Amino acid sequence: MNDPNDRHGNAPLSQVELSQVDLSQVGLLQVDALGCERDDRTLFAGLSFTAGAGDIWQVAGPNGAGKTTLLRILAGLFGFYDGRLRWQLPATLRESMLYLGHRAGLREELTPLENLSWLSALHGQKQDAALMAALSAVGLGGFEDLPVAHLSAGQKRRVALARLWLPGKPVWILDEPFTAIDADGVALVEAQLRSHAAAGGLVIYTSHHQLAADTRQILLGQGEARINTAHAGAAA
Amino acid sequence: MKGFSATLRREVLLAMRSPAEVINPLFFFVVVVSLFPLAVSPAPELLREMAPGVIWVAALLAVMLSLDGLFRTDEETGVLDQLLVAPVELYFTVLAKILAHWLLVGLPLVLVAPVLGYMLQLPVSVLGTLMSGLLLGTPSLMVIGAIGASLTVGLRRGSMLLALLVLPLYIPVLVFGAGSLGRALEALPVNPVLAVLGAVLALALSLGPFAIALGLRISTGD
Repeated sequence: MNDPNDRHGNAPLSQVELSQVDLSQVGLLQVDALGCERDDRTLFAGLSFTAGAGDIWQVAGPNGAGKTTLLRILAGLFGFYDGRLRWQLPATLRESMLYLGHRAGLREELTPLENLSWLSALHGQKQDAALMAALSAVGLGGFEDLPVAHLSAGQKRRVALARLWLPGKPVWILDEPFTAIDADGVALVEAQLRSHAAAGGLVIYTSHHQLAADTRQILLGQGEARINTAHAGAAA
Repeated sequence: MKGFSATLRREVLLAMRSPAEVINPLFFFVVVVSLFPLAVSPAPELLREMAPGVIWVAALLAVMLSLDGLFRTDEETGVLDQLLVAPVELYFTVLAKILAHWLLVGLPLVLVAPVLGYMLQLPVSVLGTLMSGLLLGTPSLMVIGAIGASLTVGLRRGSMLLALLVLPLYIPVLVFGAGSLGRALEALPVNPVLAVLGAVLALALSLGPFAIALGLRISTGD
């Protein structure tokens, strides 16, 4: 475990550095020598990269390599890390970010519409029409008034992913977005991730599924972190 | 205040979808109080003497037992993470959750208490004190218990730990709450004691949500 008095090791959400810059500027996210230990085991160390608008980053690695932990650190949910993390966004990270965890973030007793309208209200995006359109986009038109408990695992994931069709979030941090959805769903979400990046957004996701040959990759494993941008830009 | 009304609405909706969560504490309260005349003695003087303690301890336990699930289901489903990354003050969303929980669980306890008091041979003249005491005391019990619930949310079997954490902190509310009823029975002025309960409530409502928000961040951050 880290020394709790270590200044770098303990950075709660409020300390994630933010500053006012133009969104079109290159580095939305600068990560410098990021490392994380859990239960006396080094998950990864020395991770440095700069992610900019229009990028798609895939975090890959074997099970237990720290993919979810890395995403939680980036999202400001996990504060025990070494190194530096700097977001440069026009608004606060929480206003700019859409975070989808590996757990869907839905209450089974509520309908998809009720779940999404609460989440949208928290993010100040409340528009029932937009929510219905988002649910139709993920193929759940007609299911909006059925409790989530009655939906299949893939449909639940689609409800969570429907938030990708709501506007106003330049940064997407997605933990295993392709889990449990079928081939059509994967294609649908892939297309949405690409169009978000094309529109100047930033996507960071974990999956074993590489979006395209030019996707930038963060490879975690054996306590190390490698960046693979070998093909980045080649296809662009 | 952003997110307060939406969260309040959502919590009420959730309670309507699974009514057992809110009915069970009320049922527990009624049953526990009803057991005392059966177990101890139905002698009116004895019941009247025991009534303040019995009603307050039963209400306290009913509130505490209802709090174990306050954040747990949200944690297990990933809803808690969504709450933590949302651009709203956690203070207000936590306050909304507690207010909803009190309206659905605490307020019914307050409303049913006079019936139980009457059953325990309390004179009608003190039932007002019983209700005002519980009206001021149960929200404090909710907030204090929610601090414990926020710290034990990540633990699979946290309910026993919750009791150990929270029960000692309940003592002031219990002493002044049962004390107010005891004083009413002796025809002594109760307002000073109720004022102390009110002060505890003001403190709990103003500082409690900060502690709960911090507890939730600690529980999910590691």
